[in-house]
Amino acid sequence: MNDVLTLDDVHITYHTSSGGVPAVRGVDMTVRKGEVVGLAGESGCGKSTIAGAILRLLPSKTKIEGTITLDGENVLEMKPGRLRAVRWTGASIIFQGAMHALNPVKSVGDQIAEAIVVHQQSAGREARVRVGSLLEQVGLPSRRMQDYPHELSGGQKQRVMIAMALACSPSLVIADEPTTALDVMVQAQVLRLMKELQRELGLSMIFITHDLSVLVETSDRLAIMYAGKIVEEGPADKVFHSPQHPYTEALAAAFPEIGDDRFRGKPMGLGGDPPDPADVPSGCSFHPRCPKAFEDCPTIEPDLYPAGEGRRAACLLVPAAKDRAGAPA
Amino acid sequence: MGSRRYVLKKVAQALLTLFFVLVFNFFLFRILPSDPVKFLTRGAGLQINAAEQQELLREFGLDKPVFPGQFIDYMGDTLRLDFGTSLTVQSGRPVLEVFTGFMWPTLLLVGVSTVTAALLGIWMGIRAGWRRGGYFDRTSMGVSLVFYSMPEFWLGMLLLILFSVNLGWFPVAGRETLGANYTGFAALADTLNHLFLPALTLTLAYMGEYYLVMRSSLLDVLGEDFIQTARAKGVREKLVLNRHAVRNALLPTISLIALSFGFVLGGAITVEVVFSYKGLGGLTYEAIQSQDFPLLQAIFLFASAAVIFMNLLADLVYGHFDPRVQEA
Amino acid sequence: MQAPPLKPGGDPQIIAPRTPESLPELRSPRRIRWTRRRIALKRFWRQYRRSKMGLAGLAILIFFIGMAIFAVVADPSGADPSQTSGPVLSPPSREYPLGTDDFGLSVLTLVVQGSKISLLVGLTASVISMSIGATVGIVAGYRGGAIDTFLMRVTDFGLVIPWLVLAIVLASIIGQSLGAIILVIGVTSWPATARLVRAQVLSIRERPYIERARALGASNRHMIWHHVLPNSMPVIFANTILTIAIAILSEAALTFLGLGDPTNPSWGSMLDAATEAGATTLGAWWWIGAPGVCITLVVLAFTMCGFAMDEIINPKLRDR
Repeated sequence: MNDVLTLDDVHITYHTSSGGVPAVRGVDMTVRKGEVVGLAGESGCGKSTIAGAILRLLPSKTKIEGTITLDGENVLEMKPGRLRAVRWTGASIIFQGAMHALNPVKSVGDQIAEAIVVHQQSAGREARVRVGSLLEQVGLPSRRMQDYPHELSGGQKQRVMIAMALACSPSLVIADEPTTALDVMVQAQVLRLMKELQRELGLSMIFITHDLSVLVETSDRLAIMYAGKIVEEGPADKVFHSPQHPYTEALAAAFPEIGDDRFRGKPMGLGGDPPDPADVPSGCSFHPRCPKAFEDCPTIEPDLYPAGEGRRAACLLVPAAKDRAGAPA
Repeated sequence: MGSRRYVLKKVAQALLTLFFVLVFNFFLFRILPSDPVKFLTRGAGLQINAAEQQELLREFGLDKPVFPGQFIDYMGDTLRLDFGTSLTVQSGRPVLEVFTGFMWPTLLLVGVSTVTAALLGIWMGIRAGWRRGGYFDRTSMGVSLVFYSMPEFWLGMLLLILFSVNLGWFPVAGRETLGANYTGFAALADTLNHLFLPALTLTLAYMGEYYLVMRSSLLDVLGEDFIQTARAKGVREKLVLNRHAVRNALLPTISLIALSFGFVLGGAITVEVVFSYKGLGGLTYEAIQSQDFPLLQAIFLFASAAVIFMNLLADLVYGHFDPRVQEA
Repeated sequence: MQAPPLKPGGDPQIIAPRTPESLPELRSPRRIRWTRRRIALKRFWRQYRRSKMGLAGLAILIFFIGMAIFAVVADPSGADPSQTSGPVLSPPSREYPLGTDDFGLSVLTLVVQGSKISLLVGLTASVISMSIGATVGIVAGYRGGAIDTFLMRVTDFGLVIPWLVLAIVLASIIGQSLGAIILVIGVTSWPATARLVRAQVLSIRERPYIERARALGASNRHMIWHHVLPNSMPVIFANTILTIAIAILSEAALTFLGLGDPTNPSWGSMLDAATEAGATTLGAWWWIGAPGVCITLVVLAFTMCGFAMDEIINPKLRDR
């Protein structure tokens, strides 16, 4: 079984007092064994929602349609007991450690050990030994397991989160904005660590962030999300350096690379705000902000058309779209 | 070790606050009224001439300048637990004696009520916050709000009418059956019999507040990210609640409970009056009525000291369970 | 017609968002401020309207405030013991819907007249308490340093003193008048507000617009008046509502213990009189029930409104 994770036509709708809010509107995604898939987009595009959905951590009234297959099992149909067993062993999440993702009144060692003990992989001294080795793997001395979260810096807490995510040797690791709240220098260190670990352990990963330049370095494939849908996907460097979707172009242009001549003296940005999930524009949801929008864009909602070797893009300007253009979505 | 320093710091702070209370107590009763002697003997309704006045002044040490003379006298007296003599309530007896005679029933009442109210309130608050919006949450919220809004002495009156006057289940007044002279087990049963309604009143009255505090503290904690981390790790819901949520939510609740102890004391005063329960509350009432200021002064000191002590206890408990606090 | 593609080396292509045409032309800063406030108030009311608890509380409040206003304009002689005509201690009847007290006065009239005192004391005392508390909280939170430490010591001290005992002592020294009670309650209940306001100010102080304003050269007075105060108002207001509830309960306790103003009887005084007359043993439940129910309802109403407001201000308490 080469695919660790498959999302099949997934729709996720949040329940609020003013009705249902569609956060994810039809996403297909695959993560192969040993592959790193980068998931990028602005806030509110649905990427963190997908992360939560994989382990069914979303609020109870949230509606999830479609199939999410993890290691061959459909997560959405699992009974509570099986779901709990799969959590952390099938897939684990690296949260933003710098925030309050760690319990302030328990030592970090206890919290890592909790994952091990809960899944009965070992207990007592054995567990502590494993915690120690996990900490060393992420570059922290094992005696730090006695420390409390407030005694650690942002970068150290993030390393603890990484160690914790690896505790039960999961098939899939989901990194949800792991470096967003960190200083640039610390960011670089943590990213380097994650790259090493992924290579050493052959981890399958989903790397979620809004910072495209980070993904180029770390991912094998990239998927760009906008307003609850994937608008472009393909091999990471190809997507970044020759984007087929105007949104990807704008995102890539917003993070200048030092030394790349294209960016010299010309900061480029994308005006406006991402759409409110409860009020998505008609047709192609990107058309109000798109510099290449033309008259068909507000009326026809583009599918993900083939756009090169192993690439797809949801834009009417893609050559393959012309063959199907005219057919409303 | 960090925690020993923390304990010492908290004890020192408590003593400092106590000192300020002493100072405050002193000035409250000396500075405010213009003629100290008349003020202090006002309640006794004594008619005194100039010579007697002079004598009294000397006896009370009031002929010395207020500061430092009187103040030093006062501090010295207090440290020797000499609070003067009662003017009117039990005229002539040392205040300390009068006071200790009424202390234990109140301690019993307040102790039992606070513990019961805290246990009940916390348990209900956890249950309501965990299943927020559910049937238990809405019902317990309504009930708690109503009890919280009732003046506790009025609740006492209602219970008195219902259970004592109409149903005759409990005695109408007092803390023990007068003249019965029970001993041993019978005495205990008698005490409990008289204690029940006042304790029930205070428990119901304060349970509501503890419930509301616990519930909102838990809701705050449930919104934190580490709860989601625990769930994602596959921890069972019940453990997420107890090990992660409650452990964090309980800490501020305990401090707030300790802080509200002053209100519990206030409630005890009015409730004791309603039930004619012979404790410090009733004593305070009598002291107000007959303006026995030395006695009032001592009660003020004791009540403040009790609240300071409760807060110190809460601080120490908090410090033991929350590692963040111990970093000075 | 296709728009020219983004070309590296071309002109900067920043796409501006469309401006909503509905925005009216705004002139002065003050105009902007008041427009913003009006919009915020409207939004607040819309959210408040959704809370059943808040609406119920508001309805009860309107009823009792109406009662108090009625009491002010109505004929107070019904509560004057020297002008009685009714039977003594009689249960509710058609002529006396809430029965009579031991002077033969109609309990209903007493309750209506008492409402104006209880509400007046509650409102005035909490305004005093809120003013002191908010001032202390803002100064301590904004200035920080030694002033903060000092003020917080005083506040902690105020919190530690058992309020009823202090109130009793103060009342017996100052005397028994309406002003005395108001003063006593106001002066003993400000610490809780101070703490809350200070916490709020501390969090406001970290916000980016404060730094920006300071960089622009704003004075401390300007900062407090135009930034800190308006942003703490929601918290202060919600807290004041809850303080009123506590003030009314405090007033009831003080008057019940006999420290009230004998010429201005409130609901608490009625309960005091009832106890003195032995109403509990005599079973005069109407005399004890009526003022107590009123106190409970008013306190409940203020508490419910305060909670409803809290839920709007603090989104974590809302249903997610």
